Amino acid sequence: MRPYLLKGHERPLTQVKYNREGDLLVSCAKNLQPCLWSSEDGRRIGTYEGHNGAIWTCDITWDSDRLITGSADQTVRIWDLPTGKELCQFRHREPCRAVKLSAGERFLAVTSDAFMESQPAVHIYNFAENIEDQSTEPALTWNVPKGRCTRVFWTDCNRKLITSHDYGKLRRWDVETGALLQEETVHEDAIQDMQMSPDESHVITASLDKTAKLIDIESFQVLKTYKTGRFVQSAAMSPLFDHVVMGGGQDASQVTTTAAQAGGFEARFFHKIFQEEFGRVRGHFGPINTIAFHPSGRSFTTGGEDGYVRVHHMDLDYYTTKFF
Amino acid sequence: MARVGKLRWGDTLDDEDLLPPPTVKGPDDHGVKTMVEYFKNEKGDAIKKTTKIKVVTVEKKVYKVTEERRKWPRFGLAARETPQDSVTVQAVEEIPFERVRQVKATTQEKKATDIQQVLATADKTVISGSIKEMLYKKRMERELLRAKGLLKEAEKPPEEDGKGGSGPGMGAPKPGSYQPPNLRNRGGGEGESMMKKREDNSIRVTNLSEDVTEGDLQELFRPFGPVSRIFLAVDKQTGENRGFAFVNYVHREDADRAIRNLNGFGYDNLILRVEWAQPREAK
Repeated sequence: MRPYLLKGHERPLTQVKYNREGDLLVSCAKNLQPCLWSSEDGRRIGTYEGHNGAIWTCDITWDSDRLITGSADQTVRIWDLPTGKELCQFRHREPCRAVKLSAGERFLAVTSDAFMESQPAVHIYNFAENIEDQSTEPALTWNVPKGRCTRVFWTDCNRKLITSHDYGKLRRWDVETGALLQEETVHEDAIQDMQMSPDESHVITASLDKTAKLIDIESFQVLKTYKTGRFVQSAAMSPLFDHVVMGGGQDASQVTTTAAQAGGFEARFFHKIFQEEFGRVRGHFGPINTIAFHPSGRSFTTGGEDGYVRVHHMDLDYYTTKFF
Repeated sequence: MARVGKLRWGDTLDDEDLLPPPTVKGPDDHGVKTMVEYFKNEKGDAIKKTTKIKVVTVEKKVYKVTEERRKWPRFGLAARETPQDSVTVQAVEEIPFERVRQVKATTQEKKATDIQQVLATADKTVISGSIKEMLYKKRMERELLRAKGLLKEAEKPPEEDGKGGSGPGMGAPKPGSYQPPNLRNRGGGEGESMMKKREDNSIRVTNLSEDVTEGDLQELFRPFGPVSRIFLAVDKQTGENRGFAFVNYVHREDADRAIRNLNGFGYDNLILRVEWAQPREAK
């Protein structure tokens, strides 16, 4: 395959996300402008200007009408996705780490890091259909224990939230009250990324303990473990096959001291059930920070510490080869 | 020169401007489209060029809404970008989906752990018992082959209690067959320096698979006693091992035991040959 190299950010990527149909791709990085791309040919459609710090995360509405970004400049902003106009912003006193819309998009969950005297927290906002009705104050806020809260998902018909944290913790929260319902230590080190399966029955977590794990949402039970022997920054599940792909590599601070080959910067494909690695795609010359599968499973995108986004469209033999 | 009616070939040769018009035919039932063009090359010869193209119709389902999104005007930095910025570049080189040969590695690992388990769990009698069992199986197989006349007499299996020294097939090499360098010119004057090495309890392992590493050998030979040196011959160019290794034991008895137990041992789909690094008689 000949991937598209998207050079829209000069800084390390933090998250890439497809919209529902998969024709659009949003990339967030540590520079100030998130970018909107056409996933088919890599054409840049637009940038969102207004943030004043690294963008940690984003989410896209079901109809690809709005974009929500969370930034280290202590704001969460809502954008008109097709035009790049800023519609609204929520001011926090802490950097925002993760955002996620609920099913039905009536609510928005935002997590914030510890900063100055404030503790890390989860904030629930009402998400208005008309931007005029949008309230900028959270409907509910509760503090969470020490450590970053890296990803958040709505489960159980929007009644509960699950969050991934530093120190390898997964937590489940009651949305009505903010009560902690369950806490499990599934990894030995920070969970850097968590992605939901298409049927929302399990998640895949990527951790600095050099493994990715498949975890049942109901029980937080570890179903599968993928050992990579290097830091895993991000992991994604194929919607098409029983494949998972993970990206990572050595610590960013050590990149310049070793050869690119030794760094392990490839995207690595594992079989979801057998937990065996069967393929690799190289290309980045720094660790992969974020990885996402196209909703059709026919292409995937990686974002690296090197500032590049690479959009890979799978070759025919990916579908025809019997890997196992 | 008024030209009336049909063209004559003689006329067309004279006239430079006159070439038949290009024609396009098809696509026919097989989807093949034929195009015929005529042109002149630099020498002035008229050339007929026929191009056949297979036309394939691919149906692709797309969302209606995504087609509309294609018309979105660009905004932000994208609106100001020029082709020279080369924000989007398609990789020049072909990036392959590299297959990872997992199967091989796992069987090897499994074998290594199997051996380790056997060695770790049981005392020495059990170990030699289980290895003996394997050896027995191997011997029976060879016996069977020999009975069928498939195995040459020269390749007799080694004796269990190890007369060791000469090793299988080393006593009388067939003319023309490969002979390891250390056996060539036997009885010749050279080898003075080799004599020294013979003092240590060195054994030679051959028929190793190319995946074997020094660590694997350590695992394999360590259980028989303290090992002072392991040398795995590695090809400088390819970095792969060359299929043989030397292992030195601190004690001669351990080396003896290793030879007795591991010669003929199936390791990574190959049958190991383990013998003294050089014939004992040479001492």
